[in-house]
Amino acid sequence: MPEVAPQIDRYSTVIAIGAVAIRLNTSDSDFLELLHQRYAGYVSAEAQAEFEFDVDLVPPTFCGPDGDLSVTLRSGRWVLDRGDFRAELDLAGRHGSIRQSPNPYSIDAVLRIVHTLVLAKQGGFLLHSASAIRNGKAFLFAGVSGAGKTTISRLAPKDATLLTDEISHVSKRDNGYVAFGTPFTGELAKLGQNTSAPVAALYLLAQGPANRIEPVSASDAGRGLLANMLFFAQDQETVRWVFKAACDFVDRVPVYKLTFVPDARVWELIG
Amino acid sequence: MNKKMYLARNPRIAARRLGEETLVMAAQGSTLFTLNATATILWQAADGVTTLDEIVERHICPEFDVKPEEAIRDAEALAEDLYRHGILVISEKPITSTKSPALEHAR
Repeated sequence: MPEVAPQIDRYSTVIAIGAVAIRLNTSDSDFLELLHQRYAGYVSAEAQAEFEFDVDLVPPTFCGPDGDLSVTLRSGRWVLDRGDFRAELDLAGRHGSIRQSPNPYSIDAVLRIVHTLVLAKQGGFLLHSASAIRNGKAFLFAGVSGAGKTTISRLAPKDATLLTDEISHVSKRDNGYVAFGTPFTGELAKLGQNTSAPVAALYLLAQGPANRIEPVSASDAGRGLLANMLFFAQDQETVRWVFKAACDFVDRVPVYKLTFVPDARVWELIG
Repeated sequence: MNKKMYLARNPRIAARRLGEETLVMAAQGSTLFTLNATATILWQAADGVTTLDEIVERHICPEFDVKPEEAIRDAEALAEDLYRHGILVISEKPITSTKSPALEHAR
């Protein structure tokens, strides 16, 4: 009696954020649709991808996205482990796997971590910051939760293009840095525009009684930047790359403290 | 009699001079420190073969117009503090075996 192998449909899409394009393969058409909705504007089935992941969907667990995260390098493979997902990536081989339930939060976390790993060696980074383009230049507004990233995004004038209200993607180029739009959203829950511009300035956000821009010392700039950079891996080499990326950035890009009241006039100081 | 104190940079530390200060990050644990002007001098001069007394005499006294005895006492306390944070290595003999060089990006 001939064996009949079960036919498994394979679906594939590419999520391209900044200069990092990641192909995700799944056998679940509903999950593919979820990806297309979640990353609208950043997906393309045809795009060339630098990295490829096979997504293995499993039933939901009781572990949510608040579990402890571990990102470790084991025998040349990155292992990303949180209660709600486990992923592996061979950075050199550009291939990996993700095991998670069909939800958007786990894949979002994996994508963010992979971006930080890829960007680190290139001198780029993900930053807890809103960012927007005005007059052809990108401006970053960094701060912890509650510092005003969403507020300053809401106050942006019509001639500003919002790249993100939560997590900026910054890539290093020979002549400076470029900020890209990201689908990583904060309270605004609105995907950034998938476009880019050279970074003109980084503002460290603070809220106060008046709108004011002040210079900061180089070391304060470095500290402020590092405090807002996303990085998860604790291995020595990656930490060194992240540290170098931050120091190189503040060497080349003006960094200021931006104190503002929740008032659209703050944008008169920007751009 | 005072023993000689040799200082070397911990090779597991990443450091960069930014303005008057030096940012230092421990690769293990990603702990960030800021070295003030005096600590920056110690960090930069900590080559493993120069004694603390020589560093004070050559770099700290001329820079800060301070008496050598007082400067050496303060520098010892500072060096030990940097040692406790894993930033410097301290020895009574010259230090020649920190094989992997510290990641220094001094401008």
